[in-house]
Amino acid sequence: MTTSRISVPNPIGILLELTHRCPLHCPYCSNPLELDKRSKEMDTATVLRVLDEAAELGILHVHLSGGEPTARRDIVEITAKCASTGLYSNLITSGVGLALGVLPALADAGLDHVQLSLQGATAPQADKVAGLKGSHDTKMKFAAEVARLGLALTVNAVIHRGNIDEVEAFIDKAIELGARRLEIAHTQYYGWAYKNRAALMPARPDVDRSIQIVEAARKRLSGKLVIDLVVPDYYALRPKACAGGWGRKLMNVSPAGKVLPCHAAESIPGLEFWYVQDHSLGDIWHRSPAFNAYRGTDWMPEPCQSCERKEIDWGGCRCQALALLGDAKLTDPACGKSPFHARIEALATSEAAVIAPPDYIYRGPGQAVVREVEDIIP
Amino acid sequence: MSELTSFSVPKLPRGVRLHFDKVRNAYVLLAPERAFNVDDRAVTVLKLVDGVHTIRAIAATLAAQFTADPAVIERDITAMLADLIGKRVVEA
Repeated sequence: MTTSRISVPNPIGILLELTHRCPLHCPYCSNPLELDKRSKEMDTATVLRVLDEAAELGILHVHLSGGEPTARRDIVEITAKCASTGLYSNLITSGVGLALGVLPALADAGLDHVQLSLQGATAPQADKVAGLKGSHDTKMKFAAEVARLGLALTVNAVIHRGNIDEVEAFIDKAIELGARRLEIAHTQYYGWAYKNRAALMPARPDVDRSIQIVEAARKRLSGKLVIDLVVPDYYALRPKACAGGWGRKLMNVSPAGKVLPCHAAESIPGLEFWYVQDHSLGDIWHRSPAFNAYRGTDWMPEPCQSCERKEIDWGGCRCQALALLGDAKLTDPACGKSPFHARIEALATSEAAVIAPPDYIYRGPGQAVVREVEDIIP
Repeated sequence: MSELTSFSVPKLPRGVRLHFDKVRNAYVLLAPERAFNVDDRAVTVLKLVDGVHTIRAIAATLAAQFTADPAVIERDITAMLADLIGKRVVEA
């Protein structure tokens, strides 16, 4: 691996995918195509130990995610552990299933923050994307309970061609639900979203309009609602620094206990991931091959290596380079400096131009057909 | 957002809390998806921000503690709190 010694700051955040079980079937789910079975999930003692190790390592934020994290019977115990170790707990939830019933106990256990996903601003659209009738109405009840308990709320809306006209309505809905923060997150094309890209990719003019709506709302709602915007990088000029740079800030733990530099990193062949059952988090952060594979700047090819933004973008996203170019070591083609950038923008444009997009392939077991790497290299 | 006055009562909103980071030996303000470094001066003030005491009362406490002019302290902490309100980690 790397020979030069890189000084590694400690991580600040950890995303625990506590389970892949989820009542929803969103076609852009960030879980991998191969979902972990319940029988493989970390047991309670392991999760609690991981939280102790996270606190010792200087991690500040814990994102309790899934799947639907409240599907785990020990979610209250896990939340209480975050509180007792000083970790900031963020429940990333669908609000469906067991979430509503368990919320008061989570608030009592010291939950700091709730992030609720909405699939649409209205029930018909939302239920279609979630693949579950009645899900939107349940979410509205859940949001009311969040407000009743006085918990801090962020609404997360993943944007794609099916709901891009609802950005304004999402903003209104977030205000109505008493959220202090809204994420307008254009779909990032990994895992299920990559599989469904042709059904999800919005057209460029619609993307531009959605950005203008957010910018106007930020001004109008300053001091009332913070709106975070994630743009679709196929149309971007600069790539996103994936997870703030590989192995720089964040850790991601799969339900089975596999520790990844980002949620999609498993898609990269040849990386050696370590499990929390075998190693401490600190050991994994500093010593595991996967975390060191693309850490720092030594691994970078051109045009990254001589780029003045190399310690801003950190080469963009490895998983995207792999998915689109077949080689995780290349510059993320979302970057305008990549020789392949024009091709991925053309690819997005052509998919978005299809008048009748394909049906969604809903997330769920038995759908794990891995898509071929696309042939965009000449 | 209304202007801060001597009689404004600042508080940390739900979902925001002051945390001592043992690893980095520093206080941080934790908020959803964000963490803000806070210097010693800000920590001294934030420990008195409880949703009960006015800015004037906080300034008086600090003035007694540091034998300083309460008017000067009040001006300083008002500016500091306005900055944190802009970052949505304090309400008043």
